[in-house]
Amino acid sequence: MLVAMGLTIIFGALGVVNFAHGSFYALGAYAGVVAYERTGSFVAAMAAGALSLLLVGILVERVLIRLYYNRPKEDQILVTFGAAIVLVETLRALFGGLAQRLPVPSWGEGAVNLGATFYPTYRVQVLGIVACALVILYLVLYRTRLGLIVRAGIEDQLMVNILGINVTRTFLTVFGLGAMSAGFAGVINGPIVTVTPDMGADVLVQSFVVIVIGGVGSFWGALVGGLIAGEILSLTAMIAPAYSQVMLFAAMALVLILRPQGLFGVQGRQ
Amino acid sequence: MSGATRSARDPRALLPELAVAIGLLLLPFILPHLGGTIDLAQRILDWGLFGLGFDILFGFTGLLAFGQAAFFGAGGFVAAYLLTAPYTDNALLALVAGTVVAAALGTVIGLLSLRRAGIYFAMLTLAFGEMGYFLDISPLAAWTGGENGIAGVPTPRLALGPWALDLATPMATYWLLAVLFFLGFWLAHRIIGSPFGLVLRAIRDNEARASAVGHDVQKYKLAAFVIAAAYAGLAGGLLGLLQGYMPPDAFYLDTSGQLVVQTVIGGAGTLIGPLVGATVWLYLYTVLQTVVNLGSLGKLLLGLIFVVLVTVLRGGICGGVVLLWHRLRRAPAPVEPPIAAPAAAPAGPADAMPVRQRAACDGPIVLRAEGLTKRYSGLVAVDGVAFELAEGEIRAVIGPNGAGKSTFFNMLASVIPASTGEVHFRGERITGLDVARVCQRGLAKSFQINQLFTTLTVRDNVLIAALARYGGRFTPAMLRDVHGIAALAALTDETLAAVQLADRAGTKVAALAYGEKRRLEIGIALATRPSVLLLDEPMAGMSPIERADTVRLLKRIAQGISIVIVEHDMDVIFELADRITVLYNGRKIAEGTPEAIQADPQVRAAYLGSPVDHELA
Repeated sequence: MLVAMGLTIIFGALGVVNFAHGSFYALGAYAGVVAYERTGSFVAAMAAGALSLLLVGILVERVLIRLYYNRPKEDQILVTFGAAIVLVETLRALFGGLAQRLPVPSWGEGAVNLGATFYPTYRVQVLGIVACALVILYLVLYRTRLGLIVRAGIEDQLMVNILGINVTRTFLTVFGLGAMSAGFAGVINGPIVTVTPDMGADVLVQSFVVIVIGGVGSFWGALVGGLIAGEILSLTAMIAPAYSQVMLFAAMALVLILRPQGLFGVQGRQ
Repeated sequence: MSGATRSARDPRALLPELAVAIGLLLLPFILPHLGGTIDLAQRILDWGLFGLGFDILFGFTGLLAFGQAAFFGAGGFVAAYLLTAPYTDNALLALVAGTVVAAALGTVIGLLSLRRAGIYFAMLTLAFGEMGYFLDISPLAAWTGGENGIAGVPTPRLALGPWALDLATPMATYWLLAVLFFLGFWLAHRIIGSPFGLVLRAIRDNEARASAVGHDVQKYKLAAFVIAAAYAGLAGGLLGLLQGYMPPDAFYLDTSGQLVVQTVIGGAGTLIGPLVGATVWLYLYTVLQTVVNLGSLGKLLLGLIFVVLVTVLRGGICGGVVLLWHRLRRAPAPVEPPIAAPAAAPAGPADAMPVRQRAACDGPIVLRAEGLTKRYSGLVAVDGVAFELAEGEIRAVIGPNGAGKSTFFNMLASVIPASTGEVHFRGERITGLDVARVCQRGLAKSFQINQLFTTLTVRDNVLIAALARYGGRFTPAMLRDVHGIAALAALTDETLAAVQLADRAGTKVAALAYGEKRRLEIGIALATRPSVLLLDEPMAGMSPIERADTVRLLKRIAQGISIVIVEHDMDVIFELADRITVLYNGRKIAEGTPEAIQADPQVRAAYLGSPVDHELA
């Protein structure tokens, strides 16, 4: 959901559908692995994942995305798609294609008794960490000057331009911030999933589902979209497990056909 | 009609086919010397075939689809299933079945996906593509083998009537692919050169205008989508045949992505581009992997090439070659137009204009509006305007900025829907019809801001508009060579002459001077053969000489058709108009002959501001 949030603010404020977002997530996980191996500290790994992706995001925006704001949406999709290939293959070249392990931090070992079942402690903690990160993101977006500009940009980019706000720098910050949340998510998910160069692909596609259902460019939409997507998966998993993924994409297609702005989307953006 | 018979029997028109045939013949003999195998050649052709359809969709129609894997996989698994079940041992039959299923699937998905445009279209196709993958690996696993795919697809055996042919060797399979690719290329080339293909390109350049000149854009887009799906289905079926195994990878999102990347690397909008892209992709991938053992670097390199090409050379490798070719052959493709030369050619002093007698305006009513109103939430842009246009009349609509002229105009031509009120055209109620239908009935509009098909030539621009009138819907003629239809060529030549662009017919629109673009804008509307022409500020931004020229042009056009014109230049209005309608704050405040309007105190007040108004406010 954190990944989807990064994707949605980038799309909302910049109008760019970032196909490289999944590779940011993978990159974050690898940064975490490297930092963990050096320091042995999971907190350091989290910091490394977030900060290095902030830098990568800034770099990618500076070198590439900036050239594309005035080009057709199709070109933006193409270039971020290409950037994703480059980033993922760089990871593969550096670390090989085999899975890396990011161990569960010491404070997350063991399992908690949730009445009926035991659940790994770390997964519960991840819920908490994600909730905290979302709250921070919320505060940044809704309680700061930067957040105000970003949200204004989501509503009407041209108007923000006209008001004489330095949009270029804001775009840079937003892109960096979006990449950062993806990188951070990559680290905290590292112990749960296997860390491979291709780990971002599924996450990217799922994020698309989430933000499309919720409404592209909307904070609350991404939140609700994530919950709905989760519900669809677990409900159909009970009734007809073979169809759970199919249903997810069917829901996405249905929303796009009937209500392209999503459940919470801003109307009139194309 | 020199243009009419051109190219129909021109041997040069078959040059691309010849080049492709030679390439196909040589490929299996060259590749082994470069470290490739015949197997590589097979896969290159298969991806090239896949890409032919995609190029029609993306390169020529401008629709970026991210779910082509669904059709590739569907065609592949249908063919593989039929051959292994086995329901048939005839590979040709299985391939046809796969293609048909893919096309049928394409019709359904296309109908749904094409309801959206741009990124939403891309995401919809992506969703359907992923749906295909998950359907394949789980609910349909009994038929598709789930994640194992279908193994043991027999070597192709072709049966056509009494002949049966076993293609046991890789070389034989290659020739089968080569023949199919050649046929596929020939057909695709034919499609692109047909009126249908021209309309697809028009949609890519400017969808709104393609619709405004009377083309049913949705149908064309769907047709392109289905064609792409059919090509994908055929290529998918062939994949199973040539590998002897049908892998579930065919349904991967990566497959759709690889297709997009190959097409862009090779050059979208060239037909041969995807084949070139596939060659680069597969060659680098396999050769680096097997020969130099640097498999992963191959894809990294491809990613870098792709990003660089998208950024600086959007035409891909083929586009680059064409550019280089033009540069080497002296002519730097687009030439700066001579500034005022074409416009000034037949120009004379203003008083030498053909005198047009003012029309009596007592003919039958051709266009009638009642209580036409447009509300934007709180704002009423046009408020209950009634309007009647007589046959053969030139009517001007004037009013200060923000009076609602353009909104009124757009409602007349169904470009935007009216909130309330009705428009009748020759006795038929046209309110609520879409703009394409309205144009087909003979009510055309030129736009205030140029709406041209910018990458095409002047001649093609006019031809697209003429086509809509000639056969706006699908007819068998849609697959003939677009330049070979005599009636169409005649109408195009006539229109080009009317707007004095005959000598610029071969020029790309992007290289035209501003005044020429304005004339072309009128020419496009004119080529739809309207009986009523709506002109929205046709002289906006023109120099005085160009204005005088255009007035003369409009007078000539007006022989036989009725015109409604919005214009700010009062000299032009009083020179041209038989009657004038004045809009102010969304309401009609006056209507009558130019003299009556000139003398009307209300009109003066609207333009100059009346002191009485201010006191009242």
